[in-house]
Amino acid sequence: METFIQLTVNGLSNGAILALAALGFVLIYKATGVINFAQGEFLLIAGFVIWFMLVVVGVPWLVGIAVAVLVGIALGLVIERLVLRPMVGEPVISVIMVTIGLSAVLGAIVQIIWGTRPRAFPDFIPSGTVQLFGATVAQNRLWALGIVAVALAGFGLFYTRSREGIAMRAVADDQQAALAQGISVRRTFAVAWALAGVSAVFGGALIANLIGVSGAISSFGLLVFPVVILGGLDSVPGAVVGGAIVGLLTSYVGGYIGGGLETVIPYMALLAILLVKPYGLFGQLRIERV
Amino acid sequence: MASATGVYHTSYRADLALRHTRAEYFRLALALATIAALPFVVSPYWLTVLNQIGIAIIGAIGLNLLVGFTGQISLGQGGFLAVGAYTSGLLAARAGLPFGLDVACAMLVTAAMGTLFGLPALRLKGLYLAIATLASQQIILWVVTHWDAVTGGTSALVVPPAELLGWQIYGDMAWYWVIAFCAGVATLAATNLMRTGIGRAFVAIRDHDVAASVIGVDPFRYKLLAFFISSAFVGLAGALTARYNLIVTWERFTLDVSILYLAMIIVGGLGSVAGAIYGAAFMIAVPVWIEELSRSLSSLAFLQPDLPAIQQLIPGLTIVLSLVFEPRGIARIWQRIKDYFRLWPFRH
Repeated sequence: METFIQLTVNGLSNGAILALAALGFVLIYKATGVINFAQGEFLLIAGFVIWFMLVVVGVPWLVGIAVAVLVGIALGLVIERLVLRPMVGEPVISVIMVTIGLSAVLGAIVQIIWGTRPRAFPDFIPSGTVQLFGATVAQNRLWALGIVAVALAGFGLFYTRSREGIAMRAVADDQQAALAQGISVRRTFAVAWALAGVSAVFGGALIANLIGVSGAISSFGLLVFPVVILGGLDSVPGAVVGGAIVGLLTSYVGGYIGGGLETVIPYMALLAILLVKPYGLFGQLRIERV
Repeated sequence: MASATGVYHTSYRADLALRHTRAEYFRLALALATIAALPFVVSPYWLTVLNQIGIAIIGAIGLNLLVGFTGQISLGQGGFLAVGAYTSGLLAARAGLPFGLDVACAMLVTAAMGTLFGLPALRLKGLYLAIATLASQQIILWVVTHWDAVTGGTSALVVPPAELLGWQIYGDMAWYWVIAFCAGVATLAATNLMRTGIGRAFVAIRDHDVAASVIGVDPFRYKLLAFFISSAFVGLAGALTARYNLIVTWERFTLDVSILYLAMIIVGGLGSVAGAIYGAAFMIAVPVWIEELSRSLSSLAFLQPDLPAIQQLIPGLTIVLSLVFEPRGIARIWQRIKDYFRLWPFRH
């Protein structure tokens, strides 16, 4: 029972972090229809920037996060303007390949600036353990869950309450109708990319807190794909549910079966879902048969 | 695209011919002469680079059949190369199969695996397919590194030297001819495939799958066939990697390799056999050039410690830049150069 609770808390917190990472992905896909294969590298860059600000420059962690948020926004805007905008109107396959290329470029740039040596991430949330239902649970896991809940609620409020958020939903729904309402689609695309950069800061900080700052963050970021496919590519609640499922699945398989199977089980689940229900649990059904 | 003046066809046979003008035959002869002369003029190190290029050409042609001609994106190239390399290596090392037979088996096994992982393509398009093939890449690599009893897990698999009809293929020079022969056959096979009904069906599916099914092209059958044929080429490339290097390790087949091959066909030209050749040569040769430059020029010596990262940067940068500036790649640039001289001194 104790193992079960530990595995559940670990799985849920991993899942929550994955959901946050997937959120940036869903934001971009929903608003612009672009699938961003470089999301893992966004997380990687955010992790390294925060580490650099806190450890090398030595600023308070709030300032470090603020700088990382600015870098995330700038990164999103620059990529949208220089790479994605010229691709408007190109075939889907070209847009996919351009983000794949982008992921390799960003990964290499991080490697050129900071090298490949893994770094320890400073404890910005309390470590140690607490007792929960008779099981010993790492405290930082619970903190991660809380932080993700707050971040997701913040993004949810942005979507439903702010002008920009509502404009973004309008663009996602129907670009022409949004244009007719006087919403700038270009501006909304830019905001979507900037927001993806911001969400990557929180996701990247939490992942780095779990596994340290290294290239492994971007491999962890690849798990975003099983999450979004399970939940549905264009669904924010889907990202949360998908994150929980993938987190729990890897945690239980790792705890009860082991043997490295936990690293590949999300991809097997992904293939199975794609064959049975390609639009995921909550995705919008667009029936297109060939 | 301009065609030469005075060339007209009076039969379908002439219309279908691969080459029409004397200039085209001359360029072919020139290319063949260059291939025959190259190994005698380059340094031993560049001979190994040429061999790598030859193997990459076969793999890139295979990938281009799938991505460029049929429009089915694949991120699983590294995984399929691994299937080919391990099948050939294991059959040669454990079962002692003669060279040739193991390569043929590797092609068949890879083609079968490609078809199996291509099954999602029947229901999925574009981005969903990209994610599905990404998953297959991860799964294949996981099986290779965890199936200790067969593949030896993460330790290297040593492959015995190849022997063909009593001739021991040993050393880079001998392998150059074997690889050049295989790459030539692959080029010819792909070029000819694209003038058959099958090739036209592939292009029809890429351009519009619904319209293709209306004119009687069965997308189910031809998508799977594209995965089968493309993976057979990739299996050949994988098998040659195993037999040429005499060693198989899983690090050669990671996701980076899939991206590298995508970069090859994008920079060379999607949907062009010649493009796959240009792209493979470009993507293999450029990192080597950069390495040599940084070693010979002292002003570029600061690049030395960053070389691994730069070698990772090049494929990504190539993909982004060519898609943004010249989506049809080197093949299109070469076409424009030819058109320019054909029409000279007139511009249009």
